[in-house]
Amino acid sequence: MIRVGKHIVQDLMRNRFILAYTGLLLVLSVSMFSLDSDPGKATLSLLNLVLLVVPLVSIIFTTIYFFNSYEFIELLLSQPINRKVVFFSEVVALSAALGMAFMIGVGLPLLILNPGGATGYMILAGLLLTWVFVSLAFVAALSTRDKAKGIGLTLLFWFYFELIYDGFLLYIIYAFSDYPLEKVTLALTALNPVDLARILILLKLDISALMGYTGAFYQNFFGSSQGVLVVGVLLILWAVAPVLLAWRKFSRKDI
Amino acid sequence: MITVRGLYKKFGKLEALSNLYLDFEKGKSYAVIGPNGSGKTTLIKSILGLVIPDEGQLQCEGTSILNHWHYREKIGYMPQFATFPNHLKVGQLMEMMKDLRPGHYVLDEELIQAYQLADISNKRFYTLSGGTRQKVSAALAFLFSPPILILDEPTAGLDPYAVEILKSKIQNERTSEKLFMITSHIMSELEELTSEVAYLDSGKLRYAGSIEDLKSSTRESRLGKAIVAMLQRQPEKTTV
Repeated sequence: MIRVGKHIVQDLMRNRFILAYTGLLLVLSVSMFSLDSDPGKATLSLLNLVLLVVPLVSIIFTTIYFFNSYEFIELLLSQPINRKVVFFSEVVALSAALGMAFMIGVGLPLLILNPGGATGYMILAGLLLTWVFVSLAFVAALSTRDKAKGIGLTLLFWFYFELIYDGFLLYIIYAFSDYPLEKVTLALTALNPVDLARILILLKLDISALMGYTGAFYQNFFGSSQGVLVVGVLLILWAVAPVLLAWRKFSRKDI
Repeated sequence: MITVRGLYKKFGKLEALSNLYLDFEKGKSYAVIGPNGSGKTTLIKSILGLVIPDEGQLQCEGTSILNHWHYREKIGYMPQFATFPNHLKVGQLMEMMKDLRPGHYVLDEELIQAYQLADISNKRFYTLSGGTRQKVSAALAFLFSPPILILDEPTAGLDPYAVEILKSKIQNERTSEKLFMITSHIMSELEELTSEVAYLDSGKLRYAGSIEDLKSSTRESRLGKAIVAMLQRQPEKTTV
């Protein structure tokens, strides 16, 4: 596994995209802190980067990389190497490379320029979101043989979790506004990793007062260490479950 | 060495392989022939575990190969279309393959020398022509001196000089310890390189036996004509 993973990481490093992505994140993070004198506000601006750009890049890059390394995978599979090893090396190498890019591009500036506050949660959420979207990308890439369709599917996943799902959630809240919905919405956010990450960070930014009664309820839940643990576990589940689904597809795939 | 028992594979509605029974024995050299789309490559890819069969048993030296991978240590494979990671250099690929196959192998670098691949070890694969990639692919198949060699249209795309080098390499390696499985559409070439023949059509086996038997039973002196005569004599019947 390490042997195969090493070659995939080497291959990823030859690809300049990861370096460019790290650089872009670094420039954006540092410039946000230099534009705003209040590190709290800069952190809030960075939130959008973490919630929108990081998942988008993670899912699209992983899908494109997977399709482009099809020859490499075919070559590996005709060698005495376990299919499982090839697949999980790909997953681990991509998760590690994109996670490292996030840590250097966003984590490091945050730790230096705004230690404390929501920083720890932001890094945790960004890292977990990266892995969630890497694993969703494998599902998309293994659902079709066509590269364009695969990329289309990843964009659909991204739109679904960033926009469509929230619209659907708002509709439910609006339609059933006469009923107490706190627990229902809490359960429904568990079905969207982006929402989980967003709420986790927002509550640490002490702006939950803006969110009214629900905000207070959320604060109660997410504010406790137990709530943070639950969110962490849910996000890890969101990263692991799609990988297992993708492995089922890959193990039966005709190369 | 390799036994195929009731192999069945469907791609969508297309039956690529249908109830195939075949034996490949050590020390023999097999020609797998058939029209385009008759299932030759699917058979080869099934043996390599690249294609997962729907039904049937595949064994290599008595043990099932389904969901196993150790048996591939014994196989050298030259695919029909040589594809390599584009931005990799030839030398890097060779080093990588050696690294990925740890253990004690007798490295056979004869083809690397004959094709002068050391001269292009700094070139990246996207700069190489199809024929040159095919040469790298051939060198790679023989590199670890495997007892089983599966060559899928090995001479397609090679220049005549390179073809002769490959052919004489195959001839020299045809010992009692090795098994060759070669597909090709060039009958004269297969006559030189193989002793047995398996004819596939629409995923079904139409003939399996030695080339000599086929020639004498059809009273033809050339393999191509013998095949045609065999097909005319038994239009749809399956012979094993």
